[in-house]
Amino acid sequence: MINKKGKSFYFCWVFFITFVIFLYGPTFTIVLLSFQGPEGGLTFPMNGFSFHWFEKLWEGGGYVDIGSAFRRSILLGIILMILTVILSVSAGMAFRKKFFGSNFLFFLTISSLIVPSIILSLGVALEFRLIDETIKFIGNKYNIDWIINDFQTTLNMFSSGLGAQLTWTLPFGLLIMFAIFNRFDKSFEEASRDLGATPWQTFKFIVLPIIAPSVVGIALFGFTLSYDELARSSQVMGATNTLPLELKGLTTTVTTPVIYALGTLTTGISFLVIFIAIGSFFIIKRKKVK
Amino acid sequence: MNNRKSFFLAAPFYLVFLCFFLIPLILTVIVSFWDYNEYSIIPDFIFENYAYIFNNCFDYSKDVCVTFKTYLSTFYFCFLSWLFTLLAGFTIAYFLAFHVKSLGLQITLFLICTIPFWTSNVIRMVSWIPLLGRNGLFNSFLLSTGIIDEPQEWFLYSHFSVVLAFIHLYTLFMIVPIFNSMLRIDKSIIEAAYDAGANGFQILINIIIPLCKPGIVIGSIFVITVVMGDFITIGIMGGQQLASIGKIIQVEMSYLQLPAAAANAVILLIITIFIIWIMTKFIDIRKEL
Repeated sequence: MINKKGKSFYFCWVFFITFVIFLYGPTFTIVLLSFQGPEGGLTFPMNGFSFHWFEKLWEGGGYVDIGSAFRRSILLGIILMILTVILSVSAGMAFRKKFFGSNFLFFLTISSLIVPSIILSLGVALEFRLIDETIKFIGNKYNIDWIINDFQTTLNMFSSGLGAQLTWTLPFGLLIMFAIFNRFDKSFEEASRDLGATPWQTFKFIVLPIIAPSVVGIALFGFTLSYDELARSSQVMGATNTLPLELKGLTTTVTTPVIYALGTLTTGISFLVIFIAIGSFFIIKRKKVK
Repeated sequence: MNNRKSFFLAAPFYLVFLCFFLIPLILTVIVSFWDYNEYSIIPDFIFENYAYIFNNCFDYSKDVCVTFKTYLSTFYFCFLSWLFTLLAGFTIAYFLAFHVKSLGLQITLFLICTIPFWTSNVIRMVSWIPLLGRNGLFNSFLLSTGIIDEPQEWFLYSHFSVVLAFIHLYTLFMIVPIFNSMLRIDKSIIEAAYDAGANGFQILINIIIPLCKPGIVIGSIFVITVVMGDFITIGIMGGQQLASIGKIIQVEMSYLQLPAAAANAVILLIITIFIIWIMTKFIDIRKEL
């Protein structure tokens, strides 16, 4: 049976290890190559070891303004993280009961997860284009000066960009909430209610501490999925670009290890966030056991 | 908590999906019937955007039209990516669910598979360049061992590298739902089959695979839909040479031919929904979540 360490057991171990190498090997390669010497190229061998390409990156190296793309992406990621946590937790609480349109909302959420991203990006871009046209139309009709002279577009990182990314992060948040409440013991809440706690008190002192580790998980999804999001953002960021969009442009134009240095940096930030999240997940869990 | 309170709690969430999911999709369908010129889109009700897509497609004396060719190539990528992510994902999930006994180790190994999902896809694609390129690691390794005489060009910017990148990026979409299905299998069923004399292979074929069907279907839906609409992976890993429907939409958008892009999006959406509909015939998806 499966307990027995037969051929299958060893095959699976070997397969798993191969898969992990396949998963991490390429990333490891570019981390290594980003420390390429000043004379080195895009491939092995390493021509010495240096921070040359990181310095180049820091100076901007004549490429797009990476620094501000970085800041924009991190800012957007943090906003997405906060919104994803708040909206998913409140919707997750709501979904424990049936409410008006709850089935339809569930259907929308799951559909959003599997609809091809380019279609969604196009749809949101269209929506904002039509809003723009409407505003311009009203401006012309009623002779509103600032619209005629200054108004450009409502398409913006923090309007359309934010919304398009929410349709990607929120389904994950809601599914995590479902997973929590599937194995949630309701008797704690009932006890708290019987003792006279208000719904808010029950949420704050009973429910929230119990679900806290998973809320960290939702935050992790909210930040990282936004920080790396590309397909849905691609048509809706307006005049500004986030880091993944800049990166995609760089893949066709940059032919030096600068792009590896940039890759090492963004991957480093992702890893930092992931480890902080996983770390706090286990710390909160352990505290709870005590 | 009563019904109305629940509704208000979910209202912001609802609003996001109305404003940024449902309305955009409805608008896409509407605009696909509009007219356009170089600088504006014009409200109308015409079928020309659709007619243009299927131009020459039903004239059998000529070659296969561009649209059909592009869809065929997309289906080809779908099939290969689906096959390999399924095989790899199933094996990994099987390993995690049945061979790893300690819960701690199970969580750790599962996280190891998941962590790359939270890092940048573009960087994960770029990182294949030093391995697959003309002067890359694979070529120099194969040259030095004498398996090949000259550097191979087809490793990078080819169908091969695109499928490889899909497997690299999306095997996790298979692992998670299949693993979830496997964890729900009652171990005593397997014990019983073993006691009744079944061997490991029979258990796999007759018990584990049928009981994992929901996970397999959910994973397949994820992988297939993501590949159907892809334009980034095919763009970067195909060296901007290969066609895909997503790419056609993106190019049309960059020329501000929004109604044309919308018509393409509607057709892509219909085909994707059709594929999902066929797949959900195999399971009741709502029972599995």
